[in-house]
Amino acid sequence: MTSEAVAILEGAGLSKSFGALTVLDNVDFTLRSDEAVGIVGPNGAGKTTLLTVLSGGLRSTGGVVRFRGADVTAVGAAERSRLGLVKTHQVPRPFSGMTAFENVYVAATAAGGLNGRGAHAACVEALELCNMLHVANRRAETLGLLDRKRLELARALATSPSVVLLDEIGGGLTDEETVQLVETIREMRRRGMAIVWIEHIVHVLLQVVERLVCMVSGRVIADGDPKAVMADPVVVEAYLGSGAT
Amino acid sequence: MTVLPKFAVERWTRASAVSGGVAVAVVAALAVLPLIGGDNLVDKLTTLFVYVILAAMWNALAGYAGLVSVGQQAFFGVGAYFAIRCSVAGVPPYPALIAGALIATAVAVPLSYFMLLLRGGEFSIGMWVLAEAIHLLVNLDPLIQGETGTSMIALNAYAHETRLAANYWLALAGMVGLLGAIFVLLRSPFGASVQAIRDDEEAAASIGVSVQRAKRTMFVLAAFGCALAGVLWLATSVTFQPKTNFGVQWTAYMILMALVGGLGTFEGPILGAVLFFLVQDQFAETGVAYMAGLGTVAILFALFAPRGIWGEIEKRWNLRLLPVGYFLRPTGPPKPDRRSK
Ligand SMILES: Nc1ncnc2c1ncn2[C@@H]1O[C@H](COP(=O)(O)OP(=O)(O)O)[C@@H](O)[C@H]1O
Ligand SMILES: [Mg+2]
Repeated sequence: MTSEAVAILEGAGLSKSFGALTVLDNVDFTLRSDEAVGIVGPNGAGKTTLLTVLSGGLRSTGGVVRFRGADVTAVGAAERSRLGLVKTHQVPRPFSGMTAFENVYVAATAAGGLNGRGAHAACVEALELCNMLHVANRRAETLGLLDRKRLELARALATSPSVVLLDEIGGGLTDEETVQLVETIREMRRRGMAIVWIEHIVHVLLQVVERLVCMVSGRVIADGDPKAVMADPVVVEAYLGSGAT
Repeated sequence: MTVLPKFAVERWTRASAVSGGVAVAVVAALAVLPLIGGDNLVDKLTTLFVYVILAAMWNALAGYAGLVSVGQQAFFGVGAYFAIRCSVAGVPPYPALIAGALIATAVAVPLSYFMLLLRGGEFSIGMWVLAEAIHLLVNLDPLIQGETGTSMIALNAYAHETRLAANYWLALAGMVGLLGAIFVLLRSPFGASVQAIRDDEEAAASIGVSVQRAKRTMFVLAAFGCALAGVLWLATSVTFQPKTNFGVQWTAYMILMALVGGLGTFEGPILGAVLFFLVQDQFAETGVAYMAGLGTVAILFALFAPRGIWGEIEKRWNLRLLPVGYFLRPTGPPKPDRRSK
């Protein structure tokens, strides 16, 4: 898509504390409507918390979240997903008593606003895009980790989103599975979705994103061209050099 | 059935079409039974219908919405109480019974806002506390005469057979109406959302489900069902004794029927209610040993067959009589159009 490159999602001065622990420390984050951005950083840096605050799963302690220019800071996750902003879970959270198809159907109807034939078609499409049509009728509790991660993505896609926040969906995949995932995410981009992707496997991330953000201890320490960020001495020191904590 | 390019979304099977037909035939036969059957049978079946309503309500709450309430006797009892109040105020008996159930439902609406702030085990216990509180409040009404209780005397104005038949039809209509409502609800997108809440509330919210609203809907529906069962019980027994009508044993029965029959299946609680009814009819007692026996059965099922008898049947024979779910079937290469023959 070559639409006007406006900020579709914006976090300004975001802070989040759990008791005495400050997890987000005055973070600014902007995503353009035609962009794919990667987020890297050591464990505990606050990456998941940032995406959760952006998606509405957590209320920030300070700061503002804007989606399509509107202040959504006080809007809950359900409503944000209906507006087109959705996030996958780092640890998959399937609806275990329902089939994969039914899992996706909830997203298509509740957030996607579809019903009947349109909802069915959206579910088949989302499952197909995530290579999981063959397990469509399996109860989610019987799925392995790979399919659970795919289900997270399929559910997100079925909401007909304009922004998808991905939290480590590529961990532990084989090379072939990784190629499939990259292809799926490229297809999402072709369909006009903006993407934020947290991933530790940087070489995979770099196949998709055109901007990279590095977080350490609740702060953004670098933001820009992926190659430049990875070469930034501060990043090397804080993230790569000292090793993940 | 929806036909997509290479897939069909199946919501009925051949078996379910047959069983749907059988269900309609059974209901039709039941509807004319009082015209031909004996009083004893009519009376007993009324009790069975009340059990089916209770089991189905608890299953809708716990098995589908994940709301494990041990205080549903609150609505069972308070429906009967309001029915008596209406009757005393001059409302004719049967309208008073229905009004009692409706008023209890109206009470459940504001209660749902408070009770559903509680989650998991807190909600379960909270519901019991609520039931006890309502029980005590009702006892404050001088009309009830404390634990002595009272009767809905106006019901005695009818001839015995007339009352039996009226109770029976009201119970049958209530049961069929409620089962039908649950079935339609569960097959709708709302039903899928409710099950998602049961499995993971936050994940459901993250993909657009209005969690609190869906829970409140199920809470109020179950309150209505239990209140209706409560007024039907009043209609058959005529007497109202707070200890009995607000007894926690009603919820124990609901749990037992739903667990044994099959929690989270549509058909299971109906089966559970029939089995419980047969057992009650055989032993006709309520002693400690009997209750302990029932409790043991419930625990064994919860441990070893959490989806109950019906869940096992479904698994073994891949049987789906009245399916509420979705089945995606590849349709293969396009077949010649049958209509063109
Ligand atoms: N709900 C929570 N309660 C308390 N601490 C939390 C909670 N969620 C995350 N944290 C803490 O916040 C920090 C950042 O976590 P997270 O955002 O998951 O980091 P990342 O995704 O970068 O690994 C960690 O120290 C984690 O233990
Ligand atoms: Mg994380």
